Amino acid sequence: MIKTKIFDSESFRRTVNRLAHEVVERNKGTENLAIVGIRTRGEYLARRLAKKIEEIEGKTVQVGILDITLYRDDLRGRLDQPQLKSTEILFDITGKVVVLVDDVLFTGRTIRSALNALTDLGRPALIELLVLIDRGHRELPIKAEFIGKNIPTSLKQEIKVMMTETDSEDGVYLADVEDDGKELKR
Amino acid sequence: MKLKSRHLLGLDGMSREEITLILDTAISFREILDRPIKKVPPLQGKTVVNLFFESSTRTRISFELAERRLSADVVSFSAATSSVGKGETLKDTARNIEAMKIDMVVIRHAAAGSSHFLSRVVDANVINAGDGGHEHPTQGLLDMYTLREKFGSLEGLRVCIVGDITHSRVARSNIFGLTTMGAHVSVCGPATLIPRDLEQLGVTVYHRLEDVIPEIDALNVLRIQLERQKSGLFPSLREYHRFFGVTKEKVSKGPKPITIMHPGPINRDVELSADLADSEHSVILQQVTNGVAIRMAVLYLLGTSN
Repeated sequence: MIKTKIFDSESFRRTVNRLAHEVVERNKGTENLAIVGIRTRGEYLARRLAKKIEEIEGKTVQVGILDITLYRDDLRGRLDQPQLKSTEILFDITGKVVVLVDDVLFTGRTIRSALNALTDLGRPALIELLVLIDRGHRELPIKAEFIGKNIPTSLKQEIKVMMTETDSEDGVYLADVEDDGKELKR
Repeated sequence: MKLKSRHLLGLDGMSREEITLILDTAISFREILDRPIKKVPPLQGKTVVNLFFESSTRTRISFELAERRLSADVVSFSAATSSVGKGETLKDTARNIEAMKIDMVVIRHAAAGSSHFLSRVVDANVINAGDGGHEHPTQGLLDMYTLREKFGSLEGLRVCIVGDITHSRVARSNIFGLTTMGAHVSVCGPATLIPRDLEQLGVTVYHRLEDVIPEIDALNVLRIQLERQKSGLFPSLREYHRFFGVTKEKVSKGPKPITIMHPGPINRDVELSADLADSEHSVILQQVTNGVAIRMAVLYLLGTSN
């Protein structure tokens, strides 16, 4: 497996900071703003963004965690059962501007699930999408408002986002997955 | 991590990891029950049949709610209005229903082993909702969930089941589950209602409530079936209440408050005094709410594994 480093911890930090500024700029402050991260790394990203936004604006932003397991469209086709965790959104999202956060935007299916899960919880005034990496290959009509970095990839490549909350470092890698003749799972 | 079996027939033989998986999964579903929209889509397109050959209100409603909240299609059947009265065997009933292309069967039946039997003759996932005096696994699981929610862990927890142990599937499922999870289980009741050699299951047997109350954290009070008195297993309800009825006065003899559970329906002032059933130490209604979450967890885990 060949790995290319796309972000080291410094560029990771700068990108998150820039995204936080963009969110505040586009929404003209933090009023009515809520940040919802998709488990697992979207959650950590959401917390870091919220912390940065608080530094910038001096106001706290509500953070929620979304577990999309129950809304997946591949729940039945998988051999390993994905572990179900809880959604922790302890505020009413109705009327809020929700910034939905995930680490990598790929086929868009995760975001589709997340939108269904979110709208089952209430009726936000607006939902915006923020991702650290957009690697292309969309299978659904979904695009992100805030993108850390666009990385054109082939389907034989993998994007690996590492965050110190669960991994040894902050960083993003592009890896060539060895072709074993089988079709890659998207 | 997934469950080893395609069916939930009992807690006997189920591992600690599997029970923990079900209890942990139920936490997520418990949160959904507090939402304005209490419905999620994982069983969309699946059909569940509830076969209730024995009357039941709460378990049936609890299963139906759990199924509907997971977006399954639900058909319920109760013995009173079915062709069971026309002499059809359980096997024929089940295979006919299965011929209508269903995915999961929930069965309550007066015969012990009926759900095991069913799991051998149909392809659907089978969930035991009570089979005679054998097991009632989802009740055992919801009791454990409620205890874990209250005490944080089941390890080392001291739980006493009081009442008619011999005829109780709730007692058996609780004993199997709780001992697997590392709790200390005791039972208390008249000698005529406690099976011989029960100690072999790893439980302590008491015949006086006064002896066990200082030793426990929680009491699971079983419903006393009025039919048992007619068969001479205890002399009168009045006498049963005097010796084994759980009352505020008896419970207050312990060094600390004891959590009170009951699988329902309660005979007020027979096995459990009304004031205690409604007291702050009672978790009886939490058990009912948690029951829906536990059943959602079991249906989800069985229904989405391939």
